[in-house]
Amino acid sequence: MNNAMTLDESISLQLGRGVRLRQDRERNCWTLMAPERVIVLDEIAHQVIVEVVESDGLLAGVIDRLSQLFDAPREEIASDVVDMLQPFVDKQLLSRK
Amino acid sequence: MSMAAPYALLAELTHRCPLRCPYCSNPVDLVRRSQELDTTSWKHVLRQAAEMGILQIHFSGGEPTARKDIEELVGYAEAQGLYTNLITSGILSDSQQIERLARAGLSHVQVSIQDSEADSGDWIAGYPGAQQKKLALAESVEAAGLALTINAVIHRQNIDRVSEMIDLAVTMKAQRVEIANVQYYGWGIRNRRYLMPGLAQLKTMDALVKARIAELQGVIVIDYVVPDYYAARPKACMNGWGRRFINITPEGKAMPCHAAETIPGLKFDNVTETSLQEIWTESDAFNRFRGTEWMPEPCQSCDRREIDWGGCRCQALALTGDAANPDPVCELVPGHAQVLQTAFEDSRDIEVHFDYRNFGGAK
Repeated sequence: MNNAMTLDESISLQLGRGVRLRQDRERNCWTLMAPERVIVLDEIAHQVIVEVVESDGLLAGVIDRLSQLFDAPREEIASDVVDMLQPFVDKQLLSRK
Repeated sequence: MSMAAPYALLAELTHRCPLRCPYCSNPVDLVRRSQELDTTSWKHVLRQAAEMGILQIHFSGGEPTARKDIEELVGYAEAQGLYTNLITSGILSDSQQIERLARAGLSHVQVSIQDSEADSGDWIAGYPGAQQKKLALAESVEAAGLALTINAVIHRQNIDRVSEMIDLAVTMKAQRVEIANVQYYGWGIRNRRYLMPGLAQLKTMDALVKARIAELQGVIVIDYVVPDYYAARPKACMNGWGRRFINITPEGKAMPCHAAETIPGLKFDNVTETSLQEIWTESDAFNRFRGTEWMPEPCQSCDRREIDWGGCRCQALALTGDAANPDPVCELVPGHAQVLQTAFEDSRDIEVHFDYRNFGGAK
């Protein structure tokens, strides 16, 4: 029954159920809020999550845009993004669209 | 005085609840309806919470939907930018109310179950037909597109069906299930001799839950709270006294945890008289066990003092008679052997006559 999802570029993501992207003004950071959990996002993680939630969520597109934005090799960005997002998917903070 | 703001506020809107669970976390002396804060007072609390930097509000009870203003309060909290969680028995709501709560912006629903089998679940809850209503409510939550957590409280009467309870949570389409062993304060202590699992049961459950966490990855998140009395190190109760949480009782008392009223000599300020910020930073009750300075040995020189924060004050009180003692659940604390002895004694199989939660208080 194990249904763990291994990310690849063809997958589209969205915020998991009950997960909210919110600014924490008191502590001056962005967070993902989930049931009984507050996940503090660093600047990079915030930027990647924003790219996911403000688009159709397709990872290939997210990677395209980020590699332009950071002016970095696409392969490098691709593996960084997938590695960064996999634990978010494992914890159901992000889910398949 | 500069002090980090709390992350979460537990709003115990009422102690009224149709269920009578014999391990209820509410105090033995329940607050009556006539003593409950009104809507305006709760909004004042929520507004101050948002201004202080609190991020999450857990609407709890008792049964929070016993309050007619639950939808209004959820909507108000969301409008303040707070993340809202409804902790419910699932007995009093219907699908229309869940839809209205979803429209009000509710972020998450937590529904309790008492067992995987309806007959036993209804018996533990002291409410015929409870299980059926919970299943129906879970469907409404799913249909409204809301996130669902199932809270399964584990004890000797249901521990052998922990795996079936996890399966039930999956069937109820929950994204998350809490396997939470009973904590023994208040009502729980009164019924401890009916609730304490045996060591063999516990070992079987532990292996089972750990296997299922791995097996069900990607299907459901399983959060697992091990039973205190059999642990080697104490839980970091509330992530440390006065560090992350603030609890407001139905009558407006602000407390560091929901069981803090069991501790004699603590004075709790009321939100109708004192600002939330002042209570958090200045009040005696919040400062009494805050940080590490209050700690006796062996906690004071322990390298885990900022990991488990000396364990649980209410448990230290319940087991040693003094809340300022180290939590004897820790194996480094003298008296730990006595805790295990208590657990063994209370885990003997005897005929069960629950002292059900009721508004009469002491029997």
